[in-house]
Amino acid sequence: MKKLLLFAVLAAMFVFAGCSQKPKEEAKPAEAPAAEAAAPAATGDVIKIGVAGAHSGDLASYGLPSVKAAEFVVKDINDKGGLLGKKVELVVVDDVCKPEVAVSSANKLVSEHVVAVLGHICSGATKAAMGTYLAAKIPVMSPSATSPELTKSGEYPNFFRTIAPDDSQARLEIDYITNVLKLKKIAIIHDKGDYGKGLAEFAKGFAEADKKLDIVLYEGITPGAVDYSAIVQKIKQSGAEVVLYGGYHPEAAKIVSLLAKKKLNVKFVSDDGVKDDTFIKVAGQYAEGVYATGPKDVSKNPLAIEATKKHKDAYGEDPGAFYLNAYTAMLAITNAIEKAGSTDYDKLTNALRTEDVETPIGKIKFDDKGDAIGAEFSVYQVQNGAYVEVQ
Amino acid sequence: MDYFLELFLGGLTRGSIYALIALGYTMVYGIVQLINFAHGEIYMIGAFTALIVASVLTILGLNSVAILVIATAAAIVYSSAYGYTVEKIAYKPLRNAPRLSPLISAIGMSIFLQNYVLLAQTSDFLPFPRLIPEFAFMEPVSHIFSSAELVIVATTMIVMVLLTLFIKFTNIGKAMRATAQDKTMALLIGIDVDRVISVTFIIGSSLAALGGVLIANHIGQINFYIGFIAGIKAFTAAVLGGIGSIPGAVLGALILGWTESFATGYVSSDYEDVFAFALLVLILIFRPAGLLGKAETKKV
Repeated sequence: MKKLLLFAVLAAMFVFAGCSQKPKEEAKPAEAPAAEAAAPAATGDVIKIGVAGAHSGDLASYGLPSVKAAEFVVKDINDKGGLLGKKVELVVVDDVCKPEVAVSSANKLVSEHVVAVLGHICSGATKAAMGTYLAAKIPVMSPSATSPELTKSGEYPNFFRTIAPDDSQARLEIDYITNVLKLKKIAIIHDKGDYGKGLAEFAKGFAEADKKLDIVLYEGITPGAVDYSAIVQKIKQSGAEVVLYGGYHPEAAKIVSLLAKKKLNVKFVSDDGVKDDTFIKVAGQYAEGVYATGPKDVSKNPLAIEATKKHKDAYGEDPGAFYLNAYTAMLAITNAIEKAGSTDYDKLTNALRTEDVETPIGKIKFDDKGDAIGAEFSVYQVQNGAYVEVQ
Repeated sequence: MDYFLELFLGGLTRGSIYALIALGYTMVYGIVQLINFAHGEIYMIGAFTALIVASVLTILGLNSVAILVIATAAAIVYSSAYGYTVEKIAYKPLRNAPRLSPLISAIGMSIFLQNYVLLAQTSDFLPFPRLIPEFAFMEPVSHIFSSAELVIVATTMIVMVLLTLFIKFTNIGKAMRATAQDKTMALLIGIDVDRVISVTFIIGSSLAALGGVLIANHIGQINFYIGFIAGIKAFTAAVLGGIGSIPGAVLGALILGWTESFATGYVSSDYEDVFAFALLVLILIFRPAGLLGKAETKKV
């Protein structure tokens, strides 16, 4: 009898599991149409472009999409007769996102005489490899390395990127609060994580430098806690008019709900980690009016649609991380070679800085430091249950 | 003064949340001397069950009180079934094994249940509906103490009193205490020890489920991992109060809640956990058995 009961309970467990099983997302193995785009031209001159990044290991999902993006762009160019009358060839090297491997990858690319490099993927690996490229006078363009140092320090004049640096969100948030919301007293809260705290520190630095905002509270919270009422009371006590939160959406949803329940009339401004539909779903009515920064909406850009379609046609799935940024970088590099009429380092970097190029993330060129003008973040606000671009 | 009161009430709510989970921990430990690490997962499963039942009932268009009652009942029944099954599968066969074995088994069960819910449901955070209505009489103070918080605090206190009375005065309660004292002796005088342990797990799991519903309602979101973090804090509270003691679990949880709340309010939330665990260490140095725990005298 007891055994029967036990069995019934066990059976019930699995019925529960069965009923609630969500249809799994189709994850087809990518039948890669190999790197045929990168097939070397049999003889004669070719223009070699390096592609470096994590193509294996646990961060491969960040690096592989950029290889695919580069292959599509190069295939298009070669189909149209190549660049400056020569075929373009890709030299793909794997740095596993490790700084020590990145240096030897860079050496390999230099010895292959590439004219430019798409990569690296991770900021740490990129930094490590930059010295090698600078000595060899090779321009490098990363689709994903967001460390502000890479451009702001001025140490790497050959570095470019098609993604906004980490501190640009903080800059945008502080500017928005100062100039558009016109508020003065700010409470900066973060989740103590690399991303959230990094952002909060940048925001604090900008606010202090501007001297227009009054930081009344700067604190970290513990992610995953059951209750945030103490910090909410502290925000109330501080008299803040606006809360800037650096972190992800689960905690943001809890704090936003509590702010509303405790009847605090403060604005809530946050980051890309909160600009997520799950945030709206979870915080519900309390999400209304929340501001969050995120990459500019490119879903209507015809080039972005085309680039995504190519990937879907070839691999049967949506492209992965930084695909459009890599696609953009490849277009920018090839465009600059064409405009410069040469692969000479000085002419090439000059063209990158002066010539506009139409890309999936909009019309861009690069500033003196190497950041893309046009690859910026926008401010979104939750209005009627959806994020709407407000600036 | 207002600020102090607000922090006090926030700490009270937070402490009561820990207490609801800690009660189950401490009860199981009191009877079988086992730290049931899967307890946090039973709590999480309770919250998931309530969410699923509440969603279905909302579609059927029931009123909110009915939804709250039925969803809570379903969560209790379902979690109890899990608690019962987990004990039978993972702990009973190891009852006479060295103490470390059931502990490892408990950790394994915790990881298993987390991953089971992760695969069967989702890794995303899910919104949990607000099941507890806003009471009209709470309206003037709702900005410092909401109805949901009142329900959590009241439930914790009621459960603590009922549980104490249950263990002191009912037959099964007496059998539990006898089992806790000496399993073999209890068996000899005709107590069905297996049944007593099963009942203990069922009661512990019911409390976890009740906590799951109330806390998820308060927080407004759940995912497969909530049991782990809440479980660690509740376990800390149970140890602080003296593991095995029911009033001790509540006292320990409240002290933990207040420590965290005041540390955040007057110092910095960066050090919330630092203060909480520093307090734990201090108390255990001076009272190794916890605040209300009885120091065990080793039989030589």
